[in-house]
Amino acid sequence: PSQCDLLCSQNYPLYIRSVPTENELKFHYTVHTSLDVVDEKISAMGKALVDQRELYLGLLYPTEDYKVYGYVTNSKVKFVMVVDSSNTALRDNEIRSMFRKLHNSYTDIMCNPFYNPGDRIHSRAFDTMVNSMMMQVC
Amino acid sequence: MEQGPAGGSGPAAGTGGLLLPLSETEQQRYSELFSRCCPPPEAAAGGSSVGELFRASQLPPDTLHQITEVCGAKRVGYFGPAQFYIALKLIAAAQSGFPVRIESIKNELPLPRFMALKNDTEVRYGTPAEFHGVKFQVPHATLEKNSYKRTDEGDKQEPKSPPMSPICSPPSSPSTYQRIPLNYGYGKARGGLEQQHGAPYEVRHSTHQQDGPSSGSYGAKSALTCSTPNRSLSVEREQQDSSTQYSDDPWRITEEQRDYYINQFRSLQPDLNAFISGSIAKNFFTKSKLPIPELSHIWELSDVDCDGALTLPEFCAAFHLVVARKNGYQLPETLPETLLPEYLQAACLKPIRDCALFDSYSEPLPSSQQTRDFSRTEKSSAEEVPDKSALLQDGKKDDKQALKVSTTLKTIPKEFQHLTVKAAAQEPNALRARPRSRSYSSTSIEDAMKKGEEPPTPPPRPQKSHSRASSLDLNKIFQQSTQAVRSGWLPPPPPALPPRPSVSQTEQPSEVELHPQMNRPPSQAEENSSAKKEVVLAQPPSKPARRKLRTEAQGLETPELSPTINVTSSLPAVKPHLPVQKQSSKQKRAIQTAIRKNKEANAVLARLNSELQQQLKEVHKERIALETQLEQLRPVTVL
Repeated sequence: PSQCDLLCSQNYPLYIRSVPTENELKFHYTVHTSLDVVDEKISAMGKALVDQRELYLGLLYPTEDYKVYGYVTNSKVKFVMVVDSSNTALRDNEIRSMFRKLHNSYTDIMCNPFYNPGDRIHSRAFDTMVNSMMMQVC
Repeated sequence: MEQGPAGGSGPAAGTGGLLLPLSETEQQRYSELFSRCCPPPEAAAGGSSVGELFRASQLPPDTLHQITEVCGAKRVGYFGPAQFYIALKLIAAAQSGFPVRIESIKNELPLPRFMALKNDTEVRYGTPAEFHGVKFQVPHATLEKNSYKRTDEGDKQEPKSPPMSPICSPPSSPSTYQRIPLNYGYGKARGGLEQQHGAPYEVRHSTHQQDGPSSGSYGAKSALTCSTPNRSLSVEREQQDSSTQYSDDPWRITEEQRDYYINQFRSLQPDLNAFISGSIAKNFFTKSKLPIPELSHIWELSDVDCDGALTLPEFCAAFHLVVARKNGYQLPETLPETLLPEYLQAACLKPIRDCALFDSYSEPLPSSQQTRDFSRTEKSSAEEVPDKSALLQDGKKDDKQALKVSTTLKTIPKEFQHLTVKAAAQEPNALRARPRSRSYSSTSIEDAMKKGEEPPTPPPRPQKSHSRASSLDLNKIFQQSTQAVRSGWLPPPPPALPPRPSVSQTEQPSEVELHPQMNRPPSQAEENSSAKKEVVLAQPPSKPARRKLRTEAQGLETPELSPTINVTSSLPAVKPHLPVQKQSSKQKRAIQTAIRKNKEANAVLARLNSELQQQLKEVHKERIALETQLEQLRPVTVL
C-alpha cells in the first residue's frame, strides 16, 4: 500500500493517488503532517542553489508503518510519497527515479495549454504513469 | 416478439458470436430485404443496394455510419447476412430513438422503416403502437464546428469525415463471403463533416477492390478520398498513396481533411514548418466548444513531444481528434497510429516535401516564398514519396534543431536566422516528434552560440589577462592605449580608476572578478590585480563591483605591486596575440554572447553581493559586540 501526492505551493493537493484505496484517510493525514517536515527542509536550504540534488528531500520521517519521501520542484510544488515500511526492497535510488518520473510527467502536464496551474490534475497519461509506477512499488 | 434462435443464430454466427434474437416477422422481413439487396448467387449484399436501403431509412448519415460500424460491416468489409441483419436491427433501433449500440438491438424493436424503396411492397412495415413516427431529417450534419471550420469546402461537397467513412477494411474474414465493397451513399450534407460519398465510390472501389486481405483496407479507403469533383485527381493519388492514406478507420485523415487542416494551420501560422504556440492553439480549439477536459486530453494525445507547441502533423492530429469527438467518437486513450506525427509527416507533408526539395536544390528560398510554393504544389502527385522519404531521414534531427532554434529563439542575430531559414528550406519536412525537444532546443542554441563563439575566442594568454577582447576594435584600442600609456602608468599601479565605459564583452572579467572573492591566493590575486589593471588601462566594460574588488585586492596585495607591474609589462607582449582574425561580421554575435555572459556574471555577482552583505552584517555585529566588551573592560583597566 502506498500513496502518491502532488501538492502545490500553497499546500493544497493537485493530485492524490493511493494504491490500494482503503486507508486513504490515514494516508492523507500522514501526508499532511509530513508537510511540516517538507517546509522545514525547504527553508533550511535558503541561500544555496536549488539543483536536482536538493529537489529530492529524501526520507522525511519514518513512522511505525510507513516511510514518507518528499521532493520539491523549483516552483515549490511538492511531491510526497508514502510507502509501506515493509517494502524494504525499495531503495533510495528507486525513489529518486520515481520522483524524477513524476516531475517529468508534471512538466508535460504543464506544457498543456489547457491546464491551469493550480487545477486538479485529470490527465489520463499522468494517471497511467502513476498507476504503473505504484504497481511496481506495491 | 418471440425469440427465433434458430433463425437468429445462423446469421449471428458471422458476427463473432453475437446472438441476435429475431422474431419471425423480423426474420422474414430481413431475409426479404437481404435477398433484395443481395442477388441470390452472391452471398453478401451489394453495396449499392444496401446503401439505397439505408438511405431510405431516412436516418442521418452519421447514424448510418455508426450502424455500419457497429454491425461489423466496416470491420469485415462487406454486408454479409449477419451484418445486414444487425444493421437492420440497428436501423430499427435508431428509428425508435435508441442509440446505435449493440445493446439496443437486444431490445424488442419494431421493424425498420424504409421509405420509397423501389419495388417496395413493404414500404411501411406494420409497427406496433410504440413506434412513434420518427422522421429524421435528411442529413443535417451541421455542427457548430462548421461555422469556424468549414469555409472553403462547401462547394465541393467534400466527404470530409473519415470517421464517417463507410468503407470497410477487410481483415481476415470468412472466405466464403465474397468481398464486396461496402459503399453506400448517404445524403450529402454540405459543409458537414459527415458527408458521405455516393455511388461514385463504387467505381473507385472496383478499381481497388480485391486487393487481398492486407491491402484491402487501403484499396477500400481510396474511395473515401475525394468527392466527384476531385475524383480523377484523387484516383490517381489513391493509387499512389494507397499504401498510406485511406481507410475506414476513423483515425485516418483524408486528403480533403488534410488540406483543410493545412489551411487552418496556415491561418494560424504562415510558416508550415514552424509551430503553433500553445496559447494560440488553445484559443483555436476552444472555439470548437468542446469541454476543456476533453481538449486537454486531445492536446495530451497530439502533442507528442510535449513541448507546448504543435507542429503541422501534431496540429493535424489534434484537429482530427476534435473532429472525431464532435462527431461522436470517443477519444482514444492513446494516440492512434495513424495520427502519429511520423505517420502524418510522411503523408501530410508529402506535397510540401516535393516542392520544397525542388526548391532546395535550386537555392534556399525564404520561407514565405516556400509557403507559396507549398500551396501551389500541394496537389502535386506523390510519386516521389519513396525517394523523398529516404532524403528526409538524413537531416531530420538537424533540421528539427534548426527549426526549433528558429522558432524558439527570437533574438537570434541575423546570421543565425539566415542559417536556420536555409536549413528549413532544404528539409522542411524533417519534423518529427522528439522526446524532449526542450532540451534539444536549448542545447542547440547553446551549441550554435558556442560554435559561433569558439572561433572568435582569443587564444589563451599566459596570464588571466582581461581578454574581454572579442571585438577587434577594443583590442586595437587597447593595444594603442597600452603602447601609449605603458610608460606613464607603470609607476602608479593603483591609480584612481578612470571611469569605464559600460561596454559589453565581459567574459574573462567576470571570471576574474570572482577569483578574489572565492579565494585569494597570491598568484591569482596577482593575476587579478594585473588583469584589473589592464582593465583599467584599456577602459574595458566593467561593473562597479569590480572596482570595489579591485581596490580591495589592491589594498590587500600592495606588497605585490612590483611583481604585478612586471606582469603588466609583459602583458602588452601578449596583446598582439589577441585575435586579429575577428571580422566585424562576428562582432555582433560576439556581442550577443557577451551580453549573455554579462547577464550571467551579473547574476553571480548579485548573489555574491548579497552574501557579502550578510557577512558584512555579521562582522558589524561582532564588531559591536567586541566594542561593548571593550568598553566594559576599559574602566577596569584604567582604574
